Amino acid sequence: MHQQPAVELGRDLSIPKKTKLGVIFFLIYLAIYAGLVVIGTLFTSALEVRVFANLNLAVVYGMGLIILAAIMGLFYNHFCTKYEKQMHSKEKV
Amino acid sequence: MIYQVSPIAIVIFIIFVLSVLGLSFYFARKAKSASGYYAAGGQIHWGVNGIAFAGDYLSAASFLGIAGMIAFYGYDGFLYSIGYLAGWVVALFLVAEPLRRLGKYTFADALDAKFNSSAIKLTAAISTLVVSIFYLIPQMVGAGALVTPLLGFPHWVGVILVGSIVIFIVSTAGMTSTTYVQFIKGGLLIIFSLVIVVSVLNRGIKLNPYENYHSFLSLNAVLAGEKVSGVSDPSYSIAGQQNVAGLTFVKLEKSGVQSWWKLKASAETPILEEALSIVTPKEGPKLYNGEPQQAAKFYQVGHAKKIVIDGREVEETGPLGPLEYLRTLEDTEITRFAQKAFQFGDDKVMVFYQNVTSGREIMQPGLYYKLKKGATPWTRLDFISLMLALFLGTSALPHILIRYYTVPSQKAARKSTIVAIVAIGAFYILTLYMGTGAMIGGCLDVQSSNMSAPLLAKTFGTTLFSIVSAIAFATILGTVSGLIVAASGAVAHDFMDKFLKIDMSDHAKVKAGRIAAVVVGIIAIILGILFKNQNVNFLVGLAFAIAASANLPAILMLLFWKKTTSAGISWAIAVGTLTSLGIILLSPTLYEIYGLNPLDAPIPLQNPGIFSIPLGFITLVVVSLLTRNRRASQAA
Repeated sequence: MHQQPAVELGRDLSIPKKTKLGVIFFLIYLAIYAGLVVIGTLFTSALEVRVFANLNLAVVYGMGLIILAAIMGLFYNHFCTKYEKQMHSKEKV
Repeated sequence: MIYQVSPIAIVIFIIFVLSVLGLSFYFARKAKSASGYYAAGGQIHWGVNGIAFAGDYLSAASFLGIAGMIAFYGYDGFLYSIGYLAGWVVALFLVAEPLRRLGKYTFADALDAKFNSSAIKLTAAISTLVVSIFYLIPQMVGAGALVTPLLGFPHWVGVILVGSIVIFIVSTAGMTSTTYVQFIKGGLLIIFSLVIVVSVLNRGIKLNPYENYHSFLSLNAVLAGEKVSGVSDPSYSIAGQQNVAGLTFVKLEKSGVQSWWKLKASAETPILEEALSIVTPKEGPKLYNGEPQQAAKFYQVGHAKKIVIDGREVEETGPLGPLEYLRTLEDTEITRFAQKAFQFGDDKVMVFYQNVTSGREIMQPGLYYKLKKGATPWTRLDFISLMLALFLGTSALPHILIRYYTVPSQKAARKSTIVAIVAIGAFYILTLYMGTGAMIGGCLDVQSSNMSAPLLAKTFGTTLFSIVSAIAFATILGTVSGLIVAASGAVAHDFMDKFLKIDMSDHAKVKAGRIAAVVVGIIAIILGILFKNQNVNFLVGLAFAIAASANLPAILMLLFWKKTTSAGISWAIAVGTLTSLGIILLSPTLYEIYGLNPLDAPIPLQNPGIFSIPLGFITLVVVSLLTRNRRASQAA
């Protein structure tokens, strides 16, 4: 016997487009995150170089990754909402 | 200890706890069905769920652990903030919506939605239990650390207190109550962290953090060979000397009180620098800086040693802007405290000595994770392993995943994740200011990094300290509630209902979940007492590694690889859980807890992710291909 979900979900035709977008956004962020790990591991001294507003690369990169996650999240939501509207209006037609 | 208990702190704390319990009673009425108990009926608004995500996620590790680690080790603690937040990117872009589509109450439901396999139900239930319990340990340790300065109780009382309250909350109300507790405390935590940071920036950086801050003395020393034969102040007499790993510590006596000092022989004139010490004699009470605990001579510490602004030295900076504060910190020399333990005659001695470190070193990785000085391939691997586990762990945490089933749609799941990212990201940026503020704020308890943030708040007044401590306690209540709901779901829903197929009514399922919550809570209390001295953040890092190794390969491959089989999923969960757990149990940190020499640990890694996560993926692919072929040939 399979358990029923807490609520039943409607049909979503925009899933393939949203999935593709999610994978692309994930890969972009992964590459930037991996950059910090690589620099930290192999070129540690580079992190003390002052790069922006007289702050070092470690601080700028770290804060940048946190802020970037929020910005990319907002963009992702914007595009996903757009896809959902497009696909559902097509379905109605 | 070194803290004074304040009546206002106790009053505020009691009001907070009673409010949380009142909320639980109120929502208990809504938890009559299994759907209400495990998933809050799937009707939580995405905005509320997003902040509740933050309340759930910003656990003791984030508030107490990260701030404490930054206060003790600088930027290395901030790496946790970066990694924890980055993990939400995986959750948002890859996991949130698909998981919401597949799931029912627990993440095991989602994994099993396609296969209806007993092996998946069993392994997913076990991994959920293991991850939840590993995540519960640091919450309990944090609870114990909090009640000591707040209420004056010993550590174990705090652990039992939080355990009992949470067992009560979860066993009465379930996910609805847990959600609103997390929503309220998540919001309050972010607001009051901002208040602390504004206060830190307003105070700026000072050589003397506050009026009564202990001024550490230095004495000129006279050397006869390697022995200290005299000091510049005749009121002190020399009572002993001990060399430990290239460092020399000298015991001095003044007016019958003995204290330990560190010899700095490299200076032009050899000098002795005052240190903090805890001496455990063979008989009699412990001595803190040579006196009993009640004498309150064991100081809170951490201060700026040399502040440079525009090329000139100053005593204090005055108020600073957020970027200006970080810039100035990079140019500041800071007195941190390192520790050494040794035996001196019949006495066990722990010395905490001054260790002046440049702001440049503090504001980059390397003080905790050895990446430059003292780096080895293993230490570098450990760093990569940590960053990998933090990145991949979030979206594999069962107590986070179950929150996707509390919202009514996939769109709501996505939106609530974005709210969570914004709220959690803002908080993590604040941790850098809170941690460094504590480092130079003269408030650190050298025995425990976990109390740095609340003690920093105390330097701005008892009221702020009381509110912040009560919120931190509520933080632990919220996170522990979520974890116990997840663990009880694994036992009652995944294991008893789905795997053992015990025929239960809806009411009986809720009852089973509540009994499971009590049992898991008691286990967490016991482990919380055993792991007392560990940094809570480090312990959470281990829970992330187990989650990323056991659950993430199964979740991602199920969503993105069509050849995934049920055997592949259950084997990947089993291998990921066992290897990550095995590496942790054989790690230097656990050897220390066993009372063995950490250098004898067979695996010199603290973080298992670098091996166990890829192994989970490889196992899933290999077993899926093998079982898929077998099934195909049987069909032929």
